[in-house]
Amino acid sequence: MLEIRNLKIAFGSQEAVHGISLSMSAGERLGLVGESGSGKTVTALTVAGLLDRRRVSVSGEVLFKGRDILQCSDSELQAIRGRDISMVFQEPMTSLDPLMRVGRQVEEPLRLHTDLSRARCHELAVEVLGKVGLPEPEECCKKYPHQLSGGQRQRVMIASAFITDPALLIADEPTTALDVTVQSQILELLCRINQKRGIGLLFISHDLNVVRRVCTRVAVMRRGEIVETGAVEEIFNNPQHEYTKRLIAAIPTRDRRRR
Amino acid sequence: MKKRPNYNLILGCIIAGLTVGMIIVGIFWTPYEPTAMSGGEKLDAPSLRHLLGTDNFGRDIFSRVLEGARSTMLIAAAVVAIGASVGTVVGAFTGYFGGRVDAVLMRFNDMLAAFPSILLALVLISLLGSGKTNVIIALGILFIPSYARIVRAEFARQAELDYVKSARLMGAGHLRIMFVHILPNAAPVLLSSIAIGFNNAVLAEASMSYLSIGVQPPDASLGRMLSDSQTYLLSAPWYAIGTGAAIVLLILGFGLISEGLGDSRRA
Repeated sequence: MLEIRNLKIAFGSQEAVHGISLSMSAGERLGLVGESGSGKTVTALTVAGLLDRRRVSVSGEVLFKGRDILQCSDSELQAIRGRDISMVFQEPMTSLDPLMRVGRQVEEPLRLHTDLSRARCHELAVEVLGKVGLPEPEECCKKYPHQLSGGQRQRVMIASAFITDPALLIADEPTTALDVTVQSQILELLCRINQKRGIGLLFISHDLNVVRRVCTRVAVMRRGEIVETGAVEEIFNNPQHEYTKRLIAAIPTRDRRRR
Repeated sequence: MKKRPNYNLILGCIIAGLTVGMIIVGIFWTPYEPTAMSGGEKLDAPSLRHLLGTDNFGRDIFSRVLEGARSTMLIAAAVVAIGASVGTVVGAFTGYFGGRVDAVLMRFNDMLAAFPSILLALVLISLLGSGKTNVIIALGILFIPSYARIVRAEFARQAELDYVKSARLMGAGHLRIMFVHILPNAAPVLLSSIAIGFNNAVLAEASMSYLSIGVQPPDASLGRMLSDSQTYLLSAPWYAIGTGAAIVLLILGFGLISEGLGDSRRA
C-alpha cells in the first residue's frame, strides 16, 4: 500500500534523510524508531504531503496506492489528506483549534471529503467519540479543547483521524506527552482501531517498549538512514545492527541484574 | 485564584457607551438646530440655556459638538472598516504564504508607511478633492499598512502551530484554514488594534478638518470647530474646551477598551 523508494530530504544544503526505502502493506502496524533528529518525523510529514516544498527539497518516490505523493499537485494532496491518510501529532494540547468546538473538529474531515448531511456528520462524530472512549460523547461535542485533559484531547485527535476510515494513520509520538496510564490506553485504542477497521498504522516513536507493544514490524532509523528492518520480536531477540543493540540495551528494566 | 476584574475594559465600555449613546441621541434630538444662528447670542458663556455656550455665530456649541462627534465617529468607523478589512486580507495572505507574495506586498506596505500620514492624506485629498467620502477613502488607504502588519505577524505565528497542521491534514484548503481556523484565533489581536485604530482615525479626521481639508462647513466636525475656536481662545475659552473635551472622551473610551482587551489577552 505504501512504498517509499530512495527518499532523500534536504533542508537547504543540509540533508536530513539520505535515501531511505520502506514498504508497508495494507492494515499493517509498522513502527519507525530512532533518536531525536534521526528523520522520523520529516519522513512522516513527507508521506502526508505536508512538507513545504519551497523550503525543502525532496527526491525519490513515495508511492501510496500506486500514486507518487511527491508528484501530486496541491489539490490532489488536499483530496488525499484526511480521507486516505491522516495523522496524529505528539502534542495534543496544541493540535486542536482552540476556538472550535470538539464535535465540529471531529466532523471536519467528513465535511471536507464527503457529501453527508450535517446531521449525519454529527451522528458519526458522536459515534467515533464514543468509540475512542470519551464519556458522554454527545456532551463532549459541545466542549472546547481547553475543557478537556491531554489524554482526552489525544482521543479527540484520534477520533477525527479515523472518522473517514483512511487507509493509513500516521501516529507521530502520540503518547510522548501523556502520562503512563493514559499512554497505555491510547496505545490499546490505536491497536483496536487498526484491528477492527483495518487501518494501516505507521507508528513513530523513540520508545522501543511502546513500539514493541503496538507494532508487528519495525524499522530502526539513525541519522537519516534506516539501519535495520524486521519483525518486532526478531529485532528484539536478535538485533543485527550495533545501533539497534544499543537502543535495546538502553531500555530500562525492572530486573537490574540483566544489565 | 480570583480573577481581578478588568477595570480598563469596564471603564472603557462605560465611557464609550455614554459617548456613543449621546451621539445617537444627537441624531434625533439636539437642544438647538446645530446650524441655527442667533445674532444676539454670540460667544455666550455656558449657562443653562446653552450648556457649552455659543460660538461666534451664536450657534449652540453643545448641539454642534453632538453633530460634530457624530460625523467624526462615522468617518472614523468607516476608515477603520476599510483599513482593517483590506489590511486583514493582505496580512492574511502575506503572513500565511510568506515567500514572494509577502516580500512584494510588504515592501509596498513599507513605502506607504514611510511617508508621514498627513502628508499622504493631503496628496490623496488634492487628487480626489475634499469632502467626507474622499476623507474616508484617503484615510482608509493610509490605515491599511498598520493592520496588514499586525495581522501578518499574527498569521505567520499561528500558521506554524500544530492545529493548523492538523487542519491541513484533514484536507482543509488554504482559504478555509486562513479564514475559518486562523482568523478567529487572531481576532483578539485584531480587535484591540481596531479599537486603537479607531482612536487614530478620530484624531486623523480631526487634524484634517482642522487643516480644513476634511468636512466642509456648514457641517459640524470636531476638528473644524477646534480650528474655529482657536481665534476666540482668550475671549471664549469654553468653545475650545467643550470641543476638546468631546474629542478626549471619544478617544478615552476606545483607548481604554483597547487596553482592556490587551490585558485580557495577556492574562
